Amino acid sequence: LQTDRRQALGLSLAALAAVGSASPALADDPMFTLPPLPYAYDALEPHIDAATMKFHHDFHHQAYITNLNKAMAGKPAASLVSLMPDAKKNKLNNAGGGHYNHCLFWTTMGPKAGGTPSGVLAEKINDAFGSFDDFKSQFSTAAAGVFGSGWAWLVVTKDGSVKITSTPNQDNPLMDSNGEIPILGLDVWEHAYYLKYQNRRPEYISAFFNVINWDKVGEYYAQAASGKPIEF
Amino acid sequence: MAPQLNRRRVRGTVAFVAASALASQVLDLGFVSPPAASSRRDVLGAGLAGALGAAFGGNQAAEAYELPPLPYAYDALEPSIDKATMEFHHDKHHNTYVTNINKALEGKDQPSLLDLQKTAIKNGPAFRNSGGGTYNHNFFWLEMAPTGTGGAPSDKLAAAIDESFGSMGEFKAKFEAASAPGARFGSGWVWLVVADGKLVITSTPNQDNPLMEGVEGTEGIPILGIDVWEHAYYLKYQ
Repeated sequence: LQTDRRQALGLSLAALAAVGSASPALADDPMFTLPPLPYAYDALEPHIDAATMKFHHDFHHQAYITNLNKAMAGKPAASLVSLMPDAKKNKLNNAGGGHYNHCLFWTTMGPKAGGTPSGVLAEKINDAFGSFDDFKSQFSTAAAGVFGSGWAWLVVTKDGSVKITSTPNQDNPLMDSNGEIPILGLDVWEHAYYLKYQNRRPEYISAFFNVINWDKVGEYYAQAASGKPIEF
Repeated sequence: MAPQLNRRRVRGTVAFVAASALASQVLDLGFVSPPAASSRRDVLGAGLAGALGAAFGGNQAAEAYELPPLPYAYDALEPSIDKATMEFHHDKHHNTYVTNINKALEGKDQPSLLDLQKTAIKNGPAFRNSGGGTYNHNFFWLEMAPTGTGGAPSDKLAAAIDESFGSMGEFKAKFEAASAPGARFGSGWVWLVVADGKLVITSTPNQDNPLMEGVEGTEGIPILGIDVWEHAYYLKYQ
């Protein structure tokens, strides 16, 4: 969603009012603002708890945005997605990656979600992994195997097939310039699950499958298969 | 300090004195061996010299590493570090590192935990992550003491801090800045190390530590470390 900074500022104030959190000190015309969660904080219960959603969105995601705005102060306006390919070189991978990754994350989850993908995405998953259950198993292994902080991803490759990959910290596959486009990510930073699951990351990973919005991920597949990353 | 008959105070005293003596040991001898397995009874029964020996062991080759018991109760560090965190951190996270490094070394020669650190990065993820994690947490519990019993650095350590940082206050400010959110981005540790005879603050990612050859930041001998993985503080501080 491309917005100029004036419009973004207006959206930001509206979003803050909607969310009901205290307004952070806004710098002059910040480039990026926190998008509201597309659902209530408790919408993903019992799989992801309301307290985690509140801290994760209102504090952790907001902090990446605040830091990204600091890093971009005085620079020409740019869309978030356009910052991804050179993010490591420009030392924007931490704050910029953090902002992008969480934007994608919130939109791929929802209440009354879960189930299985359909259409072309379902076919591509079967082609790549054998079955949806095999996909779940491999994705879970990848997510459990990230040591320290990071993300596990389902990405679309240049030929339209899907694969699983993972990245450390707030990096994402768009930063690796190999044409792989993320359409679904799972945050395995401890802040994403610790209040409810503590050290039991595999339980959190298992619970995640109950909240994936496969319709949205299917839309993302179509866009990524045409070579375009999801825009935030 | 007058001798204390209360068991909790004795353990706390052992822990504090151990940490201060550890720092002195490093400054004098230039090495520190990690805690070997010992029961609290052994540590308490053997007196101070015995406690240090048991806690830090020697460079002998080990059987499978054991999870050392916490030198104090789970709630001893309240309110700074909450009981629930201590339970999960020690009984689950630390325990998992110990289990996993033992698994990686099954059927192989098992060096001392200290000797494992130097080549841990070269030897691959299991050694680096679980071997490092085991050392780091063995070390971590010993450098802390029940609330109110931490005392002050020894004269020798205080002088070294003043020389390297100007004052204790300046050291604290620099150490806090190095451990602030985002300073070590992601998971990791912030350390005070002895390197070339000076005290230096450095940080490492994940379960790396400054003993490891090829590590990010300053290689040296850690004498103080803070775990900044989110599991170390999230339940209380988020």
